[in-house]
Amino acid sequence: MEKYVYLTLFAPLAGSLFAAMFGMSKKNLITGIVTSALLFVSLFSSLMLLGYVDEEHIVKVNLFDWISAGNFDVSFGFIADQVSVIMMVTVTTVSALVHVYSIGYMDHDEGFNRFFSYLSAFVFSMLVLVMSDNFLGLFIGWEGVGLCSWLLIGFWYYKKDLPREIYPAISPSWAANEAFIMNRIADLGMLIGLFLIYWNVGSLNYDVVFKNIPNVDISIVVLIGIFLFIGAMGKSAQFPLHTWLADAMEGPTPVSALIHAATMVTAGVYLVVRANEVFSLIPNVGMFIASLGAFVAVFAATMALVNNDLKKIIAYSTLSQLGYMFVAAGLGAYWVALFHLMTHAFFKSLLFLGAGNVMHAMNDELNIKKMGGLYSKMKWTAILMIIASLALAGIYPFAGFFSKDKILEVAFSEHAYILWFMLWIGAGLTAFYSFRLIMLVFFGEERYKRFGFHPHEAYAFMLWAMAPLGVLAVISGFFEHSFKEYVTAILPDYEAHIEPHIVGYVLIALTLTMALSGILFAVYKYSRGGFSKKWEETWIYKLLFNQYYIPQLYEKFITKPYAELSKIAWKDIDLKIVDSTVDFIATTLYDAGDKSRVIQSGNLSKMLRWMAIGLIVLLIAAII
Amino acid sequence: MITLTHYMVLSGILFSIGMLGVIRRKNLLMLFFSTEIMLNAVNLGFVAVSKYIGDLSGQMFAFFIIAVAASEVAVGLGLLVLWYKRKQTIDLDSLQSMKG
Repeated sequence: MEKYVYLTLFAPLAGSLFAAMFGMSKKNLITGIVTSALLFVSLFSSLMLLGYVDEEHIVKVNLFDWISAGNFDVSFGFIADQVSVIMMVTVTTVSALVHVYSIGYMDHDEGFNRFFSYLSAFVFSMLVLVMSDNFLGLFIGWEGVGLCSWLLIGFWYYKKDLPREIYPAISPSWAANEAFIMNRIADLGMLIGLFLIYWNVGSLNYDVVFKNIPNVDISIVVLIGIFLFIGAMGKSAQFPLHTWLADAMEGPTPVSALIHAATMVTAGVYLVVRANEVFSLIPNVGMFIASLGAFVAVFAATMALVNNDLKKIIAYSTLSQLGYMFVAAGLGAYWVALFHLMTHAFFKSLLFLGAGNVMHAMNDELNIKKMGGLYSKMKWTAILMIIASLALAGIYPFAGFFSKDKILEVAFSEHAYILWFMLWIGAGLTAFYSFRLIMLVFFGEERYKRFGFHPHEAYAFMLWAMAPLGVLAVISGFFEHSFKEYVTAILPDYEAHIEPHIVGYVLIALTLTMALSGILFAVYKYSRGGFSKKWEETWIYKLLFNQYYIPQLYEKFITKPYAELSKIAWKDIDLKIVDSTVDFIATTLYDAGDKSRVIQSGNLSKMLRWMAIGLIVLLIAAII
Repeated sequence: MITLTHYMVLSGILFSIGMLGVIRRKNLLMLFFSTEIMLNAVNLGFVAVSKYIGDLSGQMFAFFIIAVAASEVAVGLGLLVLWYKRKQTIDLDSLQSMKG
């Protein structure tokens, strides 16, 4: 079975290197085909592992010893246990389909080969992240996906910078840097967490760490939990490090689907799930994680309500769904978090790929106010996106219903009624903005005609690439029981206890009602032309539309002062102190040389005189 | 009675004269004379001390110095003649082709 582990892991790397050979040359279809084929190899072998791994069969491979210094011993080891296999299958499924889709989406792009090289490199890093059997390997993958995310957000790096008033994300390269820097801030937290683990346990291997962590002083465990979660907050874009995710939509849409919806941003959730032995020791930190998650779930959903940018709406909904996952993980229902992670990956990437089709049809226009009535032109895209939106809203029998409802049940049975209420509100908001998007894009007046667009359906094979995700978005919820049995072999079992039984059904009904009323309200409102102009004048609309003014606040209170500080450090400290010291030494030497140059007159009699003086000096020195 | 001290003083005086010549003179020929004086001042010292302590190696050394000095003068004078033929002068200050 080891060969499948290697195949899963290294097939994307091989594809990436292959595509990289054509990196600088013109579009070559073979890069897209080879990388996609290798991704299917990877998918196939992870499915083989999925079938093989059970309680007795956990595949561990040790590639080679990596660092061995004193007591510190880390090897390049990989593990395929239930949790990582689930992640591997999710990652490879979504990325294989996104690869195929990208062949069509990037059809006319100059950087076709470069794109596939980056995309496969991303998959490789993500697989290193989820398959590593120690925290250091996870960290390497963690940084690897960060790097690939930076490369792909800034894929169209040549676009010009614009002021924030005109264009909220400024430019792709700006957005890429923002994402990278925010993640570095969080990664510092994660690194401190890893150092603390090593100091207190003496190893970074999962097995050793989790076996010894109960013996560690509880205050240290709290610190470890907090710092690891700070790392997770950055990658999963939780408040207050969330602004990068919306700006990351500057990247090509398949990238948003793969990295900024389905896989990379869920790495934070994966970390919390993977380190469940640590987090289950410290329920207070777990409660904090859950509260933050619930806050983000509502906070991000409200921003999605009024945004007019097709991709940003979906990005905020990703944020909000990540909040749901953290609620489950924080409350100790790790398998529920993992389950929602998986179903979310399927329907959210589907939603993004659909958005990509719409963008293609509309010549990269993103303002949904300029669309409308596209259903007649792009029927299949519309159907797939409606399926994804129903799944996102949590309507029975779509996948989102099972996982999201489970999270609400968890919140209720933990007596966290406030969290439950927030999530319940969030469910309604989710349903509303999803269908606001659907209504504005696919139904109603055909506003695009006024702007002179000629929409057309995407290539058939792109739709075929989306179809499996559509199927999964519908059916993956029904695997709930087998999923639970599978992963609880290593994750703590969790069963929501709601007494009496009838309350549970009432809760489900309440949630469904909330979601349905959100949908119906959106359909009702936007089939009649939407809200009046007066609504856009209110302060609450402006507050939401400007993302609570958080990007502006960051710019004013962090970025600008930091830039000022850097300027002072540059002009006053560096130029005036450091540089002048160095220059002083150099000029002194130079002047001394200039002054003593006259000694070298080349005149023999003068030299003889100097020689005599030297002799006398030496004689005197010898005598004394 | 002439003692070792007399010899050493004479050697010192001769050396100083030679050195003064090296420093002061501009004529290359005079420079050679001055160096010869210095060398022979040292020879005098060697021989005197050798006689005083009854060890012949000092006198042997003096012979070596005379031989080396003779060959050096031969080479030096040869060069000097060439120089004179080229420049029509043997002034020390004219020997200045490298100036810092």
